[in-house]
Amino acid sequence: MALIEIQHLDKIYNSSAVAVHALNDVTLNVEKKEFTAIVGPSGSGKTTMLNILGGLDKPSSGFIKIEGTDIFKLKSSELIDYRLNHIGFVFQAYNLIPVFTARENVEFIMLLQGVSKKEREKQAMALLDSVGLADRSNSRPNQLSGGQQQRVAVARSLASHPDFVLADEPTANLDSESAGDLLDLMETLNESHNMTFIFSTHDDRVIKRARRIITLQDGAVKSDVMN
Amino acid sequence: MYFTLSWRNIWRNKKRTLIAAASVFFAVIMAIIMRSAQIGSYAYMIHSSAKLYTGYLQIQGEGYWDNRSMNRSISPSEDDYEFIRSAPHVVSATPRLEGFALVSNDTATKVAQVIGTDPELENNMTDLKDKLIKGAYLKSDSDGVLVAEGLMKMLKLQVGDSLVLYGQGYHGQMAAAIYPVAGFIKMPFQELNNSLVFLNLKTAQRFYSAPDRITSLAIMIDKQSHLDETIHHLKKLEKYAVMRWEEMLPDMYQSIQLDNASGIIMLIILYIVITFGVFGTIMMMVSERYKEFGVLISVGMRKWRLMIITTLESVFVAFVGVIAGIIGSIPLVYYMHHNPIYFTGAATQTFEAMGVEPIFYFSTDSVIFFSQAVVVLIIALASAIYPVLFIRKLEPVEALHS
Ligand SMILES: Nc1ncnc2c1ncn2[C@@H]1O[C@H](COP(=O)(O)OP(=O)(O)O)[C@@H](O)[C@H]1O
Ligand SMILES: [Mg+2]
Repeated sequence: MALIEIQHLDKIYNSSAVAVHALNDVTLNVEKKEFTAIVGPSGSGKTTMLNILGGLDKPSSGFIKIEGTDIFKLKSSELIDYRLNHIGFVFQAYNLIPVFTARENVEFIMLLQGVSKKEREKQAMALLDSVGLADRSNSRPNQLSGGQQQRVAVARSLASHPDFVLADEPTANLDSESAGDLLDLMETLNESHNMTFIFSTHDDRVIKRARRIITLQDGAVKSDVMN
Repeated sequence: MYFTLSWRNIWRNKKRTLIAAASVFFAVIMAIIMRSAQIGSYAYMIHSSAKLYTGYLQIQGEGYWDNRSMNRSISPSEDDYEFIRSAPHVVSATPRLEGFALVSNDTATKVAQVIGTDPELENNMTDLKDKLIKGAYLKSDSDGVLVAEGLMKMLKLQVGDSLVLYGQGYHGQMAAAIYPVAGFIKMPFQELNNSLVFLNLKTAQRFYSAPDRITSLAIMIDKQSHLDETIHHLKKLEKYAVMRWEEMLPDMYQSIQLDNASGIIMLIILYIVITFGVFGTIMMMVSERYKEFGVLISVGMRKWRLMIITTLESVFVAFVGVIAGIIGSIPLVYYMHHNPIYFTGAATQTFEAMGVEPIFYFSTDSVIFFSQAVVVLIIALASAIYPVLFIRKLEPVEALHS
C-alpha cells in the first residue's frame, strides 16, 4: 500500500470574481522514503497541493488516503491530532515560537503528544544534535540565522515521529549555501531515518537534489519523473 | 511549559504590557483607597451612632418599636440576660426602661423622654458621664435624675432642685414622683437635648410600676460585620424582637446606602479603565499572532490548548497590575488608617449633624484588597473571551497565508 494515495484531486477557489482552478484532477501515489519535489511556477498550485496533503485545506473533490485513512473524513479535532501524530511541517518562514528556545520549540510538539518531560528533553537534544545545532539548544530563534532556524524547524517537524514531512518552499528565504546545507540535512535524514520528504520549490538547484520531481502547471500534473 | 509560554508571551512587548499593567495598577490603588475610605467611614459612623444611643441592635418586646407602649415591655430572666451577654461578639448589653412623662418645676411643665438605665452599663456604652456639664452622675443607689441641658433651661433648673414627674405606667397605672436633680448633661442633638431625663433603672421601674421590666436592651458588638451572626444567635430567644441599627437609624442607613451607590459607580468607572487596559492589550497580543496561531494549529495543537495559553496571558497581564496595585496600596492604606483625616470647613457640619466627629477613617479590612483581586480576575477572564472567539474561528490555511 502506498503511503499517500491521491485520487482525482480538485481544488476550486470561488472567493474572487473568477473561479480559480488551483488543482485540476491530480492523481498520484507517494511511497515511503520518497524524497520528492513538487515544482512549478508561482501560482501553479504547489502550496494548495501541500496544504491539502497536510490536512490544512479541504479539496473540492477527490480524496487523499494516508496509510489507508481518508483524512477528510476525520472530525476537525481528530484531524488536528492526526496532523500532530502523523505529519511533520516545515514552513517557508521557519515559524518557530519566538519566545521558546530551540530545544523548547522541539520539545513543545512532544508536550502536545503527552511525552514525559525527561523523554522530551532527551529526544529534543538528540534531534538538535542530528540537525547540527546541539550547541545552540538554548538560543531563541532571533539569535539564530535563517538557515539555523530552518534546521530547528526540521528538528521540530521530526519530533512527533511523523509518517512524512511536508515542506513548502523551505529554502525560499535562505541564501544558496544555507539552502544547500538544508538539502544535505534533509537527504541525510531521508537516508538514515527513512523519513519521507515532500517539498515544493521553484529553485533549480534544489530541484536537482530531489529523487522524484512532480511538475505542476495550472494545477495539473504536467510531468512526474524520477531524477 | 504552557505557563512558561504564556508568561514569556506577555513580555514580548514589555512596554505595552507595562502600560497595561500600570493602568490596572493605578486603577486598583484608587479603587482600594476609595473603598477603604468609604468602608472605614461607614463603620466609624455606624459605630459612633450605635454608641450614641441605640447600640448595634436591641432586644425588645414584640411590637414595641412601632407603638412604644410600656405594655410591650419585657421582663427577661437571669438566664436570658446571661444568654444575651454571652452571645458571640456581644461587648455589652444595657437594659433601659423608657417612656414619656410630664416633668415640671414650680412654674413650667414640659414633655420629657424619661429613661431608666443602669448607670454603670450606660456609661460603658455611651460615655454618658462625659456629657455631664454640671452636678454628679447617676448612682445606682440613689433616686437622683440627670436632665438634658435644653430641658434644664426651659424649666430653669438648678442642681439639687426637685423635679416632678407625672405620667402613665405599666398597664395604665398612674405614675407620679418627685426626684432630686443630680446633674445636667449636654446631648449632641437639639431634639435629644430638649427632652431627655435619665434616672436609675430601679427608680424608673418603681416610677412606672414595672418592677424588673425593661423596654429595651441595647447591645454593642465588637464589629459591624458580625451583626448577622450575633442576631442569628439571639433569635433563638424566640419571645423577643431583635431590632438592627438599620431599622432604628433609617436616615443614616439610607444616606450610607446612597453614598455607597455613588462609590460603586466610581468603582465601575475604574473597572472600565482596567478592562480597557487589559482588553486592549490582549486584543493586540492576539491579532499580531494570527499567523503564529495558524502555525501552532497546523502542527497539531488543539484549539482549546491555545485558548488556555491566551487565557493565562490575560490573567497574567491583569495580575501583574493587580498584585503591584495591592502591594502598593497596603502601606498607603495602613498609613491613612493610623493617620485619619480630620475634616475642616463645610464638611464638618454634615458629620456633626449626624452626631459624628468629622473624621475620615480608612478601613484595612482584607476583604477590600481581596475583592479587587477577584474583580480584576473576572475582568481578565472576560477579556480572555476575545482570544477564545478569535481562535475558534481561526482557519490555519488562511492564517498561514497572512
Ligand atoms: N485562498 C485562496 N483564494 C483564492 N485563490 C487562491 C487561494 N489560494 C491560492 N489561490 C490561487 O490558486 C492558485 C494556486 O496557488 P498556490 O497553490 O499558492 O500556488 P503556488 O504555491 O504554486 O505559487 C493561484 O492562482 C492562486 O492565486
Ligand atoms: Mg506557494
